[in-house]
Amino acid sequence: MNLMSLTAVELGKKIKAKEVTVKEAVLAAFDQIEKVEDVYHSYVTLDKEQALKRAEEVQKLIDEGKLDSPLAGVPVAIKDNMCTEGMKTTCSSRILENFYPTYTAEAVLNLEKAGAVILGKTNMDEFAMGSTTETSAYGVTRNPWNENHVPGGSSGGSCSAVAAEECSYSLGSDTGGSIRQPSSFCGVTGIKPTYGTVSRYGLIAYGSSLDQIGPVAKDVTDCATILETIASYDPKDSTSVKREDYDFTSALVDDVKGMRIGIPKSYFGEGLDTEVRDAVLSAAKTLEEKGAIVEEFDLGLVDYAIPAYYVIASAEASSNLARFDGVKYGYRTPDYDGLHNMYKKTRSEGFGAEVKRRIMLGSFVLSSGYYDAYYLKALRTKALIKKEFDKAFEKYDVILGPAAPTTAPEIGKSLSDPIKMYLGDIYTISVNLAGLPGISLPCGRDSKGLPIGLQLIGDCFKEKNIIRAAYAFEQTRTYERCDVAKARD
Amino acid sequence: MKQYETVIGLEVHVELATKTKIFCSCSTEFGGAPNTHTCPVCTGMPGSLPVLNKQVVEYAMAVGLATNCKITQYCKFDRKNYFYPDNPQNYQISQLYLPICRDGKVEIQTENGTKTIGIHEIHMEEDAGKLIHDEWSDCSLVDFNRSGVPLIEIVSEPDMRSAEEVIAYLEKLRMIIQYLGASDCKLNEGSMRADVNLSIREVGAETFGTRTEMKNLNSFKAIARAIENETERQIDLLEAGKEVIQETRRWDDNKEYSYAMRSKEDAQDYRYFPEPDLVPIVISDEWLEEVRQRQPEFRDEKKARYVSEFKLPEYDADIITQYKKMADIFEKATEICKNPKKVSNYLMGETMRLLKEKSMDPDELTFSPENLAKLIGLVDKGVINGNTAKEVFAQIFENDTDPEVYVEEHGLKMDQDEDGLKKIVEEVVAANPQSVEDYKNGKEKAIGFLVGQVMRASRGKANPGMVNQLLKETLSNM
Repeated sequence: MNLMSLTAVELGKKIKAKEVTVKEAVLAAFDQIEKVEDVYHSYVTLDKEQALKRAEEVQKLIDEGKLDSPLAGVPVAIKDNMCTEGMKTTCSSRILENFYPTYTAEAVLNLEKAGAVILGKTNMDEFAMGSTTETSAYGVTRNPWNENHVPGGSSGGSCSAVAAEECSYSLGSDTGGSIRQPSSFCGVTGIKPTYGTVSRYGLIAYGSSLDQIGPVAKDVTDCATILETIASYDPKDSTSVKREDYDFTSALVDDVKGMRIGIPKSYFGEGLDTEVRDAVLSAAKTLEEKGAIVEEFDLGLVDYAIPAYYVIASAEASSNLARFDGVKYGYRTPDYDGLHNMYKKTRSEGFGAEVKRRIMLGSFVLSSGYYDAYYLKALRTKALIKKEFDKAFEKYDVILGPAAPTTAPEIGKSLSDPIKMYLGDIYTISVNLAGLPGISLPCGRDSKGLPIGLQLIGDCFKEKNIIRAAYAFEQTRTYERCDVAKARD
Repeated sequence: MKQYETVIGLEVHVELATKTKIFCSCSTEFGGAPNTHTCPVCTGMPGSLPVLNKQVVEYAMAVGLATNCKITQYCKFDRKNYFYPDNPQNYQISQLYLPICRDGKVEIQTENGTKTIGIHEIHMEEDAGKLIHDEWSDCSLVDFNRSGVPLIEIVSEPDMRSAEEVIAYLEKLRMIIQYLGASDCKLNEGSMRADVNLSIREVGAETFGTRTEMKNLNSFKAIARAIENETERQIDLLEAGKEVIQETRRWDDNKEYSYAMRSKEDAQDYRYFPEPDLVPIVISDEWLEEVRQRQPEFRDEKKARYVSEFKLPEYDADIITQYKKMADIFEKATEICKNPKKVSNYLMGETMRLLKEKSMDPDELTFSPENLAKLIGLVDKGVINGNTAKEVFAQIFENDTDPEVYVEEHGLKMDQDEDGLKKIVEEVVAANPQSVEDYKNGKEKAIGFLVGQVMRASRGKANPGMVNQLLKETLSNM
């Protein structure tokens, strides 16, 4: 049996039932990694030795009955912007090429407490800035469905690793769609939780007011289980929220009767690929057939989300990334003349083009004389967008749409036109601006065989609504595995 | 020459006396080996997040209330962006848009009576680390122990007109803050720092002149010297037909000279924006009331109470309450020995004399009220005499010595041996016929000389009352 073909929860059950040892699971993951990693490059850092050591510890705890999490012993991949004590954490940037954190991110700690075994750190767009995983300083990641295409981004490595079965599940982070869009491109499922649900402590910040960590896995059951494990109220993160419900798996119910689903008309206009549109609308039909009440409605301000997002995220990033200066950790230019020259050369050499673009954009919009016109206006726009969603959620339990306007583009086709690339975030970005939860799950493939993602958006703290709708939809189809994954069977 | 007036506003930074830092649980203790009071948060490690120390907000509120400020009940932190190696994140978490306190005032006493100094705002922020330049290895090192120590910045209105007013204002702030226990306000240790914004204008002018900001002022004396120097410099410029340039200057107190650090042209754009890692601070009416209720007894109330409750002269009460430290010693010692007048005498007399002799501030007093009370008790019980008490007090002042132990060890107890003393008295009387003669002739003062001689012969340990009595007896029997 190919252990990597199992979902995380299935594998966890077998481990608990002593049908499979943790070591066997970890070795199976590394077996697949060693087979495909050269081509797909999902990981920046792998640590087999440590993973095997950890496997033994976890096995012991399971045997002693001290671990009963459904994820105990299941191998996981972590996006490389989450701090892992003693394991290199680079954000796929040269500026952190030699950075070993002194502590572990809270979300990762939560996984470790549940007995997760970390295989390594996954590739991403540098500092999570990008939609293709091509801005990584450590090489591009390829889409397991077609190696000439990108996996999406910025959590491209986390999604490709799940699709190529190089791990059982992974963690990603989502600032403007960075979990949902690559999940869509790679044919896997990913959740961006309500802002404040998963602690950001130890997540290397891009846009602090928008960043959220979330799960990427083969199916909705896995995602709900992982989210239940990583979500926590964390006093170390002031934006963390003490929620009333953390029992996301209780929403894994195949029943959408009477659920009100709204489809924003503006999500289906110009720029949307027809094959994507058809697949998403067909998914809506399926849900309607299962008893949901589906109707179209007008969601306002959709066009303002992208400019507002790029102003806010870039502004925060320009400040968040100031600490990477060659003084305390990370890369420092070898030759310099004085402090300012050291700063300048370190940052010029350490950051890639897309990161520099956003730092400059962010510095500009915060400059005196421009602050009101750009940053303040963007914040007001953000508040208005939230109001639009509030209005929509008075009528609907779930908003349904595509996760991205197209399927995965070819490698090398996106970065030359950043504006076009930014416009690709149109369906995901407003969810971050409004702090809402969103899920992306597969709903078909285009004529090139590339996966299409369905996005379901819920009101704040209503993850259960989107989990239930996604689960019900998922019951109508089977999980499609890519050839790279099947090759190991 | 035209008549000029100096216009001064102050920015005062005060390090708050919290146990832990403003955004993490590291110790704020001064000193300590470099980088031992640090964690991922105060060293700006990637992924770390700030969590606000509630005590900082309460201290800021307390200072705001004591300086008649309006408390901003919905306030926020902002990031001030600038690159410098002592600033680990390359931004400082501070407050720009919604500072916690605004529109306050304090009253100071000047030669011309009471004057009100407006307070523009008080905001909370974090301190930076310390750079140490290693000459030996030609490199700079950073110590982040101070990074994240909480500060409040008190920004005055440009209401001061002289160095005296500035000092009076600073003393007033220091007293208020010390009474609150919010800081020890030591200028020389940097727990209170003042930047002086100064401009001059012709007397009667309505608009302000161009101002400069003076930094690195580490004592009241330096502040006074810098103000005089900068006023002269600006007048000289204007008199020579030149302009004052808006700039930041650094005071060198050894050279009594300031030099320009940066002009307005190279002023940085700090690109302030709301700190996204912290949530807004909402101060409820209840919380505000709680802090208000906890406000301590301030100087004026204390002074009045000392006069009414302890019957101290107004003058004594004024001096003792000037420093919280003195007032604390007074109250505690009085509570133990129940003798306010004597405690007051020690503070007003010997304590002040020793402070002056050692050029110390009352802040720097280290002796405990318990030992002072014990000393007073020893005198009251007739264990030691007044002269010995003076000597013992010097020890208490210096080393916080236990007076009972000290008196015992040094054999300073009063001599109560009447026969022994009688012998000394007889010897002294025999040896000083002239004084005896004088006394007999009605010169009462002559007895003083004889008492002194007896005391000296007893090496200061004789009971002065007994000496007096014995002398009189002996003289009248002659």
